[in-house]
Amino acid sequence: MAENALLNVENLTVRFAVKRGSSWGRKSYLYAVDDISFQIKRGETLAIVGESGSGKSTTALAVARLVPAHSGKVELDGEDFLALEDEALRQARSKIQFIFQDPYSSLNPRLRAEAIVREPLDSLKSVPEADRQAIVDRLFKAVGLRKEQQRLFPHQFSGGQRQRIGIARALVTQPQLVICDEPVSALDVAVQAQILNLLRELQSEFGLTYLFISHDLGVVQHMCDSIAVMYMGKIVEHADRLSLFNNPLHPYTAALLSAVPSVDKARREATKRILIPGDPPDPINPPKGCRFANRCPVAQAQCRDAEPPLRDLKGGHRVACHLVGDDAVSPL
Amino acid sequence: MSEPLLKVENLRIELTTRDGIAPVIDNLSFELNAGENISFVGESGCGKSMTALGIMGLLPEKIGRIASGSITFDGEDLTAASEARLKEIRGNDISMIFQEPMTSLNPVYTVGEQIAEVLRRHQGLSAAQAWTKAIELLDAVRIPNPQARVSDYPFQMSGGQRQRVMIAIALACEPKILIADEPTTALDVTVQAQIFDLLRDLQAETGTAIMLITHDMGAVAEMSERMIVMYAGSKAEEGRVDEVIEHARHPYTKGLISCVPHIMQTLTEERHKLTEIEGIVPSLREFGRNNCLFAARCELVEDRCLSERPPENGFGKTQKAACWRAEEV
Repeated sequence: MAENALLNVENLTVRFAVKRGSSWGRKSYLYAVDDISFQIKRGETLAIVGESGSGKSTTALAVARLVPAHSGKVELDGEDFLALEDEALRQARSKIQFIFQDPYSSLNPRLRAEAIVREPLDSLKSVPEADRQAIVDRLFKAVGLRKEQQRLFPHQFSGGQRQRIGIARALVTQPQLVICDEPVSALDVAVQAQILNLLRELQSEFGLTYLFISHDLGVVQHMCDSIAVMYMGKIVEHADRLSLFNNPLHPYTAALLSAVPSVDKARREATKRILIPGDPPDPINPPKGCRFANRCPVAQAQCRDAEPPLRDLKGGHRVACHLVGDDAVSPL
Repeated sequence: MSEPLLKVENLRIELTTRDGIAPVIDNLSFELNAGENISFVGESGCGKSMTALGIMGLLPEKIGRIASGSITFDGEDLTAASEARLKEIRGNDISMIFQEPMTSLNPVYTVGEQIAEVLRRHQGLSAAQAWTKAIELLDAVRIPNPQARVSDYPFQMSGGQRQRVMIAIALACEPKILIADEPTTALDVTVQAQIFDLLRDLQAETGTAIMLITHDMGAVAEMSERMIVMYAGSKAEEGRVDEVIEHARHPYTKGLISCVPHIMQTLTEERHKLTEIEGIVPSLREFGRNNCLFAARCELVEDRCLSERPPENGFGKTQKAACWRAEEV
């Protein structure tokens, strides 16, 4: 484990029992997250990108213990987070906080803004009651809301302001890791910029570490230090920001990047759209080989027979593809 | 030059709200030529969808109405057309696809039935003919194995496939105009790329004009030749897409382009702070006032902006912007 890693996830697997396909009482399982490992360094941002159903949100939920992991290890600051129980778990939850996608449904409509932000402190009881208001005041200021707005109810705020309340609530317990699950995708473009700038400012001010879930590669590119690309529950590529965007190795990553429409004329002219026809295979019976093989433009016989492991190439660029050699050249 | 296919002049659409009557669309004029691809961009609440609904004659009943102006389609004024005539036009000459492919299909009919319905209604095909044509259309929108999939219900299809079915329904009668209201917002980016490719190919084959409503500048650049930027019910800027992106003349357009982090050809270490457009779109109550409605959020605001609405000024051949200080932007 790298010395300055705050979060260390090893062989994390999350599965859900499904009704379909079972025969004679034998349960079948959908592996939403299948044996993934990654680390996040302190003060940095890791983005997990992928399409709907790729397992990125489930990964985040499992890291925060909001869905139970089937197996694997989640270490936060050297402590095994999945092994904690009862009171120890309750207290440890303050170290991992969540910012949700939808600022409309993730705030209690019956509470005033100050009560929403203070609620985690009230339930943890780790801070004496007298000090709580000062913390709330400080966070309201940090996220750019006025003090008199504390008395308002959620419906009196705009979408962007509500997301600011959600951010303040996430920061109130002084977490080490903040999980941002699509924090701007429900917001209008002009408001997105305000929230993204705020998240970056808060990161440097409080030294936060982010796990950032998004499907918007433009946003990810702006926010992150490293990126993991997920496809059907697996990490297919994981690299730092520049390597991933300037030299995508996995054909799926390349296809994903080429699909993003761009205002940059040079990029539009230089990009050849990599078509990936069809849909992902059935997640309950994944194919035995590479899960991307049926849509991959360069798939070969070995791709259908054996699953490629996630290999470490030079410079920490990890990729799961048979066709990428140690020289880190894209097979496309 | 020949008459444009669609000509909207000084359109004003009013909505009755609790606070009185508000003009959601205020003095909007634009033209759409046959086979052209135009984009409408702006934030939510700027009147993009209302423009589309106004053209389709689908404004919310009793609440919305066209107060003044004209919509001339193929020489016919749609604002004066009877409901029966509009029914003939809708789905036949002008059709529309919506943002949510999940909710805009009827869950209790098969997709084939929903495509065939349009053909029977508008083209008077028999049930058997319409069904055969439905299979052809599914094939045209590239749904694999259309013979079998035609009997599927919407829930049996993925989001991308459902949007393809919507496109098949919209294009069934080979309309002259296709209005696509945020057709890919609910879809994944690779699926979005497939839908855009499909729309482009179908447009080349059938010569349909497309009106794309979106908030994604990338999509505009990828899809359209011309764009109209809407703000608070009026046109802020209009022009050829590459010209506008190269040199926007309205501060709002400029903000919309630079507030989104774009993926550039080569990424560098450098990361700018994103440009913020302060505040939000004004509420309906403020629409229609005689000042620049963007003034409250604008960096270049001056006294004139608060006292008088800026007129539209032309730049070059095609670019127009409604801003007092457009020269300086």
